[in-house]
Amino acid sequence: MALCLSLIPDSRQHVHRFTTNCLLRCMQFMLLFSRQGKLRLQKWYVPLSDKEKKKITRELVQTVLARKPKMCSFLEWRDLKIVYKRYASLYFCCAIEDQDNELITLEIIHRYVELLDKYFGSVCELDIIFNFEKAYFILDEFVLGGEAQETSKKNVLKAIEQADLLQEVRH
Amino acid sequence: MALKIVKGSIDRMFDKNLQDLVRGIRNHKEDEAKYISTCIDEIKQELKQDNIAVKANAVCKLTYLQMLGYDVSWAAFNIVEVMSSSKFTYKRIGYLAASQCFHESTDVIMLTTNQIRKDLSSPNQYDTGVALTGLSCFVTPDLARDLANDIMTLMSHTKPYIRKKAVLIMYKVFLKYPESLRPAFPRLKEKLEDPDPGVQSAAVNVICELARRNPKNYLSLAPLFFKLMTSSTNNWVLIKIIKLFGALTPLEPRLGKKLIEPLTNLIHSTSAMSLLYECVNTVIAVLISLSSGMPNHSASIQLCVQKLRILIEDSDQNLKYLGLLAMSKILKTHPKSVQSHKDLILQCLDDKDESIRLRALDLLYGMVSKKNLMEIVKKLMLHVDKAEGTTYRDELLTKIIDICSQSNYQYITNFEWYISILVELTRLEGTRHGHLIASQMLDVAIRVKAIRAFAVAQMATLLDNAHLLTGNMQRNGICEVLYAAAWICGEFSEHLENPIQTLEAMLRPKVATLPGHIQAVYVQNAAKLFATVLKGQEGNTDSTAAQETSQLMIDRLPLFVQSANLEVQERASCILQLVKYIQKLQQKDVEVAEEVSALFAGELNPVAPKAQKKVPVPEGLDLDAWINEPPSESESEDEQPKAIFAKEEPKHSRPRHTEVDEKELARRREARKQEQANNPFYIKASPSSQKVYQDTPGVEHIPVVQIDLSVPLKVPGMPMSDQYVKLEEERRQKERAEKKKKEKKKRKEKRSGRGKKQDSGPESEEDITPAHMVDIVTEEMPENALPSDDDDKDPNDPHKALDIDLDKPLADSEKLPVRSHRAAESLKSPAEDGDVESAAIHAPKKKNGKEKREKKKDKDSDRKKSSKHKKKKQKKEKEEKEKKKKKKHHHHHHHSDGGGEESVQNGTVEDEEPLPPMSNYCLLAENSYIKMVCDIQGNLQDGSQVVVSVIFENKCDSFLKSMEFNVLDSLNSKLQRPEGSGPHDGLTVPFQLPPGVSNEARFVFTVQSIVMPQKLKGTLTFIVKNEDSSTHEKLDFKLHFTCTSYLITTPCYSDAFAKLLESGDLKGSSVRLEGVNMPFHHLLARICFHHHFSVVERIDSCASMYSRSIQGHHVCLLVKTSGQTVSIDAKCDEPTLLGNVLDEIKQTFSQC
Repeated sequence: MALCLSLIPDSRQHVHRFTTNCLLRCMQFMLLFSRQGKLRLQKWYVPLSDKEKKKITRELVQTVLARKPKMCSFLEWRDLKIVYKRYASLYFCCAIEDQDNELITLEIIHRYVELLDKYFGSVCELDIIFNFEKAYFILDEFVLGGEAQETSKKNVLKAIEQADLLQEVRH
Repeated sequence: MALKIVKGSIDRMFDKNLQDLVRGIRNHKEDEAKYISTCIDEIKQELKQDNIAVKANAVCKLTYLQMLGYDVSWAAFNIVEVMSSSKFTYKRIGYLAASQCFHESTDVIMLTTNQIRKDLSSPNQYDTGVALTGLSCFVTPDLARDLANDIMTLMSHTKPYIRKKAVLIMYKVFLKYPESLRPAFPRLKEKLEDPDPGVQSAAVNVICELARRNPKNYLSLAPLFFKLMTSSTNNWVLIKIIKLFGALTPLEPRLGKKLIEPLTNLIHSTSAMSLLYECVNTVIAVLISLSSGMPNHSASIQLCVQKLRILIEDSDQNLKYLGLLAMSKILKTHPKSVQSHKDLILQCLDDKDESIRLRALDLLYGMVSKKNLMEIVKKLMLHVDKAEGTTYRDELLTKIIDICSQSNYQYITNFEWYISILVELTRLEGTRHGHLIASQMLDVAIRVKAIRAFAVAQMATLLDNAHLLTGNMQRNGICEVLYAAAWICGEFSEHLENPIQTLEAMLRPKVATLPGHIQAVYVQNAAKLFATVLKGQEGNTDSTAAQETSQLMIDRLPLFVQSANLEVQERASCILQLVKYIQKLQQKDVEVAEEVSALFAGELNPVAPKAQKKVPVPEGLDLDAWINEPPSESESEDEQPKAIFAKEEPKHSRPRHTEVDEKELARRREARKQEQANNPFYIKASPSSQKVYQDTPGVEHIPVVQIDLSVPLKVPGMPMSDQYVKLEEERRQKERAEKKKKEKKKRKEKRSGRGKKQDSGPESEEDITPAHMVDIVTEEMPENALPSDDDDKDPNDPHKALDIDLDKPLADSEKLPVRSHRAAESLKSPAEDGDVESAAIHAPKKKNGKEKREKKKDKDSDRKKSSKHKKKKQKKEKEEKEKKKKKKHHHHHHHSDGGGEESVQNGTVEDEEPLPPMSNYCLLAENSYIKMVCDIQGNLQDGSQVVVSVIFENKCDSFLKSMEFNVLDSLNSKLQRPEGSGPHDGLTVPFQLPPGVSNEARFVFTVQSIVMPQKLKGTLTFIVKNEDSSTHEKLDFKLHFTCTSYLITTPCYSDAFAKLLESGDLKGSSVRLEGVNMPFHHLLARICFHHHFSVVERIDSCASMYSRSIQGHHVCLLVKTSGQTVSIDAKCDEPTLLGNVLDEIKQTFSQC
């Protein structure tokens, strides 16, 4: 399917692999949106009113979509730093604070995509649309309150699988 | 009919699930909004059903719609319902919906406290996990206060999965409820050494985050973190710790010295870019804070710069960007180290990525020197020509100006060059920065006296070619430079070569299309020019020339007199009258030039921008005191018309302009045609001209050819800036040669523009002398100006509240609030109270009002407040409450705003008047060691379960441990015990109690019949442990399950309530209460609070109330009051239950 997320994001940009696991610092929010600007997932780690959220989303989607493909993944926006990365038709976009580490945030995004990929089995945009609650559950197991809580992909998936199992049994 | 029913139920079976909804939305691309509104209607129907599965499905769909931007706040209560489902499947969906949709102002959050607490203590770790995750998104100050203790307990949970989450969420709790930081910190610190690496890193995470905001309180942890840093191999933990040290070093310089070595080691060894980047950043920060007294740090800086060069040279745009970013930090303190990489930076200016180019531009700012300024700016000017987007070009423009003007034009050696750069910049199409160029022109012309002649000549040319700048309305921004040009030509008109020509240029009719404020300057400066011209002409024998000049003024000024802009109009009419008067004098052969010039005599000095602010307030002057009695309110209305009048907009000039009567226009047109015909240089409109200027109706007939400005504008007499680069080079060489000569002669002649002395290194920066004797006039400041002040921390920063000293020993008052029986707590002494109060006020200085209120509430619940405070607070709360009530009524949510559940939580919410605080906790048993209070609540999800929450309070000075809670089961009620344990085994209380501490545990009972109250006998056994001895103790108690405890506060709509009563299934009963001496709303509040009812409707002294038992019995009350008699008519489908409930209500009121 055309929407398939290729995990090798861009041959030009080399993905930084770390010897040990990395986590990220405080993230303000994470947005997933399509090339057409449709929001696919949003997670806010700071309390904001719906109106503000909508405004921020609209502004950011516009800004990020207007960037040319060869541009770097970071931009300064208001007093935040935006880190985004495109995987096939989806943009993954995080906001971090001024002193935060951009590279680690990129790593987090990548890690999340890998988790989605493992869980759904070569994930595509439609998987996320139709199972958006699962996408949230995975994110929640991985990032809590803007801080990455689990270093190991295996552990995240294990937690999700067990919770899913619980769901089946109790049904 | 029958078919219809069958069809209806089938429809329900096939309710749309999320997938159907998503598919439906995708299939209705054209009428998405309409489709979704029908979906929302369906969802509303589904939410009305009792089936929790249907509800959960509906809530799941709503969560999706919320993401699409639809308002789902109306379903908040349903979300709470789904959250409290006992099935994990639904609970998970409920919490997800809550975390997506709830925010601090969502009022149903108050209702969730109990549910969340229950989930937190659930035996299933995933229930707990889901609750923690949800809480991280919607925690409010209320929730944080009420649940802080529970979460703190979870930090010591047996499962690392929970510990990790609890530790992380503690950070959010601290932010919302700063008082929890001190009591929770010791345990958090313990977690730094947790056996599970995940928990450990979570703790590092939280502490680093806390420390970064308020580093000074965490200095004592530095050794611990230092140990962690040198031992940890987890890059993430390292990054965190390194960042923390970056924050600590400014406070403790010795730390910085110690850090450099391990950091440089890491920089050398690590392969992880993120860690490398973090280390480099921290080294830079450390070195900045140590800026002096570090002998050896140039090596470290060199290392950083080298590593950054590698990043910048990388093909990865991201690394390039970050490298440049970090480089700019080094630049601030160690410009020399960066300057050697100028080649690289200039290379980045050609990068295809705009954001990288911008970063490189930032760096250029610090790389310029006297030697290379011209070269760099030349390069930038080339970029200006090439740039596609206006934003980037504007950015370039401001950067050029920034670079040149930095530190008082320190690097400019040739101001002629700079002026020509500015003039060249005026041909930028569509720039927003006209005013910036203008202010530079003004600044340079005013402050560099030597340049004035040149500047004036340039400005005169600009004015002459003004039509090129204003030709296109899109380029409006740039016409600001005309403001500067006009002013400079007027003010320094003595330098003009041909003042008459300039005067004519300034009085062209086209000037009237410029913005008002520019016209005003034109008019004023035309007058100055006029004075200069007169002076020149009167010296001659021929007096007609002077008179002609006056005539020119008199001819042209009326155009401005007609201007709609007040400023222009006023100046123009003044000057017109003046000139007319001068003309009269001239006709009498009176010499006026001297006097006219005297009007503009005197030099204008530049004033520093801050000068006004810096004027010290004279002693004894109170600026806030009224000079006159303040005017009464009504007077302010009289002022309004004035304000409107003053708001006149400059744009009005155009319509006004058309009012010039037709005759006049025709005459002018004729005159113009005549003029054009005679003018050999006039460019006639040709068919090929791209765009004819046609904007102002008055001048539409003037054909103006758009000049293609992609060809650099070369006006004769206007030297191009490039020339200067060459000239400058020649000049410098010459100078060098001369200098050598001079040196040979050993004649020391120091010359330097700004008094800088230097030893003559070969080709050193300072060897370059400015081309002109540059005299930069310093800006004037008032006498005894105060030294610079400014920059305070952001008062709104939530982290300010967390600036709390953690090393101070914990005071009793700081214990985390545990649900407790308020009457049981002893009153604190007023002195202590005051102390707490002031501490609370000082530590979190910048709190928002809400948090303050929460704090007060909390204190009240602990009874630490003086009664005076209490009253105030309660009043406030009451107001708040009433507001809420109104709102709720509006929504037809008649559930007694918050109901009993909430009041248990917040304790004080229900006491809306100076009414004794209510609590559902009642004394269970007490001896000299321990006191137990309990609250019994039915379980909404399970009709056969009752949850007993018991607070154990250690009253003695010893440690209480191994507490075991046991109850003798009856046929009807049984204590739920873990699988595998016998029917008589006790339950271990999951905590120990240090002296003076209380904590809460929950026990679940299964009941079969709920229609009768019953009592269960039980025993608590525990070990009292002293330093030297330990004894086994026990305490017997009787657990009283009232029928009230089987009732659950359930909201009910008035129409549903009416239907219920009409149905006739309910049996009635009634009761009269005599001698009830309390306001009606107190009475209702009591029934709601103690007996779990909710008010359906209240009319005057009559109210209908509703509640439901855990097994689904409806209980309806009609409460009426007259005088001291209250009559309650009640209906219920179970008469025995009703009878018992009424008895219990009676009991409640007989006690008070």
